[in-house]
Amino acid sequence: MTQSPESNGHDAKEFGDHRIETGQGQPIGMVIEGSVANGVEVRLDSGVSVEQIKVGTFVTIQGTGNRFFGVVTDVGLRSTDPRLKYTPIPVDDPFVIDSLQGTVAFGTVSVLPQLTMPEVLGEGEGPAAAKSIPSHFSRTFTASQRDVETVFGSESDGNFWIGSPLDMETKLCLDLGELVKRSMGVFGKSGTGKTFLTRLLLAGIIQNGEASSLIFDMHSEYGWQGQDTDRGVAVKGLKQLFGAKVSTFTLDEEHSRRRGVSTDETVQLGFNYIEPEDIELLLESLNLSDVAASAAYNLSEKYGQEGWLKEFLAAGRGGSLLELAEELQVNAGALRALYNRMGRFTRHGFMVEHSRTDTAARIIEHLERGQHVVLEFGRYGDDEAAYILVSNLLTRRIHRKYVEAKESSMGGAGKEPRPLVIVIEEAHKFLSPSVASQTIFGIIARELRKYNVTLMVIDQRPSGIDSEVLSQVGTRLSCLLDNERDIDAVLSGTPGSRALRSVLARLESKQQALVFGHALPLPVVVRIREYGPKFYETVGRGEDSEEERKRKVEELFGG
Amino acid sequence: MGGLVRTDSPEIYAVVGRVATEPLDSTRPVLARGEDADSEEDVIRDNPQLARLLTARFEVYIAGHVENGVIRQYLPPRPPRVHSFVYACSPEEVSLFTARLDLLRLLLNSGAPHADEIVGACIRQAASSHEQPDDFRAHACRTLAVELAGDVARLSSLLRRISP
Ligand SMILES: Nc1ncnc2c1ncn2[C@@H]1O[C@H](COP(=O)(O)OP(=O)(O)O)[C@@H](O)[C@H]1O
Ligand SMILES: [Mg+2]
Repeated sequence: MTQSPESNGHDAKEFGDHRIETGQGQPIGMVIEGSVANGVEVRLDSGVSVEQIKVGTFVTIQGTGNRFFGVVTDVGLRSTDPRLKYTPIPVDDPFVIDSLQGTVAFGTVSVLPQLTMPEVLGEGEGPAAAKSIPSHFSRTFTASQRDVETVFGSESDGNFWIGSPLDMETKLCLDLGELVKRSMGVFGKSGTGKTFLTRLLLAGIIQNGEASSLIFDMHSEYGWQGQDTDRGVAVKGLKQLFGAKVSTFTLDEEHSRRRGVSTDETVQLGFNYIEPEDIELLLESLNLSDVAASAAYNLSEKYGQEGWLKEFLAAGRGGSLLELAEELQVNAGALRALYNRMGRFTRHGFMVEHSRTDTAARIIEHLERGQHVVLEFGRYGDDEAAYILVSNLLTRRIHRKYVEAKESSMGGAGKEPRPLVIVIEEAHKFLSPSVASQTIFGIIARELRKYNVTLMVIDQRPSGIDSEVLSQVGTRLSCLLDNERDIDAVLSGTPGSRALRSVLARLESKQQALVFGHALPLPVVVRIREYGPKFYETVGRGEDSEEERKRKVEELFGG
Repeated sequence: MGGLVRTDSPEIYAVVGRVATEPLDSTRPVLARGEDADSEEDVIRDNPQLARLLTARFEVYIAGHVENGVIRQYLPPRPPRVHSFVYACSPEEVSLFTARLDLLRLLLNSGAPHADEIVGACIRQAASSHEQPDDFRAHACRTLAVELAGDVARLSSLLRRISP
């Protein structure tokens, strides 16, 4: 009688004392078999019902020499006697059923032990990848708050609290320093909480202070305020939360004024900033032919990089398009099409023949000061061509500047540029296979963080993003997706993606995300923290974070 | 059947497994008598020799012993002495001895042809000696379930015998 429920209860009590020392969670069962390749099988204690344990729950297993941390990948029903299913059981006799449950008929959970935990918490090395499995009869516990903190980092160590793991009240934290080292992606169907999650992450990045950010704010929801469509109220934007740390630029001053929102600067783009490459990007959104797009190169050859668009439009107005076409040896129809489209495009309020201020330079100045820049598009946000063109040409110039700065810092002159995160929405428009190789965003994604610039891409149709670019997206936060191809795209290149597939397809329709990749030791389903008044309070004090203070002191004293 | 008995020094516990009334001389089978009698008492009165020729005998299965004051639910090193007095256990003694239930394993494996009957009877009787009969019964049944984990059919029929 090695195994009566009483002796189990007794074990649990023994471990109960232990629990206080190491912060174990609730005991649930013990290991009965397994392998490194397939994980271990845990037999549930008689008092624990299979219905209490969900796939995706974190557990710890106390082995003889190691404590393992893993995730429940499957839950099953077993019996000691294979004939059970053929034996008539008096199911209406609760006494008999009670006696059978947990003894002859019992629940099991499959656990994939992924990490071994340090023996002494908070000292020296953190969790390491598990290369073995716990031995037979090892006790298994639900993971405690302490365990989750040890694995994912705790708020007190400067990590950012983004939500809670499934079925736990524990704070799940992200190491933002790690996060911004590689590009990241926020995915999910429309209305699943991408914008809210992104705003939350950005608030974390601003608070943390290690990186700057530049947000191409398509729908004007990050700067001053955003909309909570479910509750029908406005939520605070980053400017309201962080004041001077955030600068807002707008393409559409009138729109901002109408909303009663003040912005720091109004963007004007001179024709001289538009390059032939930009036209190529706009093929689809402006419905231009390849011939028309390549004519832009001829034009820039003829008139020079600075003046080509201005001269071209002037020539068109002067009625000399035909001669121009002949001279450049391009199709006259194509040239006319280009003229019409560009003529219409340049009538946008933010386009001027020659702008006195160089917006890209202004933005860089802000970023260099450690500020964060939100560029609101106002009514132009619905104009795909405007969004693509503006974000591309600004990013191209900012990137150029970063490359210079980085290279001169490597040559020993000047300091490294501050890491920069560039946020773009509807990312597949910039990063589709047909244009990814040409856009600056494709280049940034591919060169990793060589020049300290990374991307945060937000998209509801990740399958539209070039797979090579997607493979460079280090950390992915995905809300619910239901299109098979989108799910495949988001999980591409991720180990264990089969198990994750079902997790991803079963997320709640809002405010829940599967987070995995570079910045996390293992994938986790997160109930995203509420972005609202409670959250404002935690950032609203306007205090600098520890890092930020240190950084400023270092800057002051040239450290 | 199923009752707990014990001997003194050495203190050995056992469960009653079979009770029978038999002739003293096994070569002389018991015949039916008193077909004309009105009552069973009349039969005894009319055949006074019966009381001398017949005897009640019971067989027990050893369930454990006490060694240096500790209850051990496995077989004692030596059998009880011949002519040891056998006592029926008091409810307190039953409750104390059946606090652990390793004896069920001894009984199930005793080789008795009706071992399950003995086990069922033992648990039913012992339950009434416990302060919380239901808890005891549940504990006993879970113990049985572990012992008979490989034979659900036997287990299930045994459980139904104990079910209140
Ligand atoms: N973290 C959150 N806190 C509060 N509300 C949220 C959160 N995430 C999502 N919501 C709710 O869901 C709605 C849709 O979220 P949103 O971010 O606009 O979706 P998406 O950008 O994916 O289309 C929001 O208006 C809000 O009501
Ligand atoms: Mg959105």
